Amino acid sequence: MKLITAVVKPFRLDDVRNALAEVGVQGMTVTEVKGFGRQRGHTELYRGAEYVVDFLPKVKVEVAVTDELVERVIEAIIGAAKTGKVGDGKIFVTDLAQVYRIRTGETGDQAI
Amino acid sequence: MKKNLSALVALAAGLCPGLAMAQEIDSGSTAWLLTSTALVLLMTLPGLALFYGGLVRTRNVLSVLMQCFALCCVISLIWVVFGYSLAFGEGNGWIGGLSKLWMRGVEVDSVSGAIPETVFAMFQLTFAIITPALIIGGFAERTRFAGMLLFSILWLVIVYFPVAHWVWASDGWLFARGFRDFAGGAVVHVNAGVAALVAALVIRNRTGFPTQAMPPHNVTMTVIGASLLWVGWFGFNAGSALAANGAAGMAMLVTHIGAAAGATAWMTIEWLKFGKPSVLGIVTGMVAGLGTITPASGFVGPMGAVIIGLVAGVICFFATQFIKRKLKIDDSLDVFPVHGVGGFTGLLLTAVFSATQFDGLGLPEGVSIGQQLGVQLLGAVVTAVWCGVATFVILKIVNVVTALRVSPEQENEGLDLVLHGESGYSL
Repeated sequence: MKLITAVVKPFRLDDVRNALAEVGVQGMTVTEVKGFGRQRGHTELYRGAEYVVDFLPKVKVEVAVTDELVERVIEAIIGAAKTGKVGDGKIFVTDLAQVYRIRTGETGDQAI
Repeated sequence: MKKNLSALVALAAGLCPGLAMAQEIDSGSTAWLLTSTALVLLMTLPGLALFYGGLVRTRNVLSVLMQCFALCCVISLIWVVFGYSLAFGEGNGWIGGLSKLWMRGVEVDSVSGAIPETVFAMFQLTFAIITPALIIGGFAERTRFAGMLLFSILWLVIVYFPVAHWVWASDGWLFARGFRDFAGGAVVHVNAGVAALVAALVIRNRTGFPTQAMPPHNVTMTVIGASLLWVGWFGFNAGSALAANGAAGMAMLVTHIGAAAGATAWMTIEWLKFGKPSVLGIVTGMVAGLGTITPASGFVGPMGAVIIGLVAGVICFFATQFIKRKLKIDDSLDVFPVHGVGGFTGLLLTAVFSATQFDGLGLPEGVSIGQQLGVQLLGAVVTAVWCGVATFVILKIVNVVTALRVSPEQENEGLDLVLHGESGYSL
């Protein structure tokens, strides 16, 4: 089992969600986050006063998947979130030691 | 000016029973002044409150709304106890007397010009409210509520009431010299601007200014407030005709043009200088245009208003850059460069664009542009100096009685929580 954490542009979220549903992902967790990578921030100007905004708004999508689904999920996220411009985001894949479904107590692939 | 004439007529009529006919209440004028009074109150609540509220950071939004609201309430009480009497009661050239203490003599059938005196007193009250409310922009985000309140009350008594009397009362010394300030270029805008600048210097910069970013937390709120100010300003300027007549109509027309021209000018400069026309820029230019047309609004024509508005947008823009970026004075919401500089400029331009050859409604009989300019300069400078010195002294006194400023830790936490025990948003 893997935990896939994708940080994407906020306006791509709906497409990512639909693409994940199409490959069979049944649940996800979404968080509004701020950060920067190579895109850096931008500057804002108020009455001539310049402010550098370092942290840009992004959306973090977390999906737990079975090993056989990992490649397709990653392809789906890239396909949906890619605009080709700097700032499209990142995908992190981590090993998942265990998953429990709280209601039934199921574990492992059954719980995903 | 018209309000002075009406006051004179009322005075003359009071002295000579034969002139009692001049005291007839005009229902049209009364209706317009009732409306104007509501419009000018709308400028402070919620207009200015939202305009300023959006400009501060999230943690201080309530403090600004609270200051505007509390000033409205406290000043209203002061006004009925002695404020109206000091500003508009019979006195000498410098200050009104105590004849109208507790609104004595202001009865249901008292007349001021063509309107009931109750309406005149209410209309003028709304001006006395907005002027100290404008000042709070100079020391926003760091001043204690108690200090702000005590300062505002003393400032009202020592600066606002006398200056309003000099300029607008029939026995005021500036009025007697033919000083032209139709709706408050000196009384409201120079006064508020200079006081804000002095207060910013005395209370000192916000912690972190100018290195730390302090962007507006809600420009949308600021735009809503600014738009309410524009509408309310029709009552401010066209109401200052104190009648529903041609002068009021012309005042409304030039007020609107001044706002539009100021906004367009500011937007254009930003567009050329920074590459993008900003929303905050266009609304700030609008306020600059309105503040600048204010003293001129009963005296100039539409073409004069176009020029006054454009000049306002340009001068106030560069004044803002100069005060904040060059001098690094934290007049936090730019009260001095927009209102002070705008009001001063408007007072001077009134002399020029009153003249019939510049599309104006005419200078007083036998007075040249140069002579009027001299009177305008005198009035503007004396107002600025009196206000500046008095503001400094008042702040020093207040600071002895109660601290003006919150501690750096409290400033960091935000005035909303520290002073009012509330948060503006729970999202």
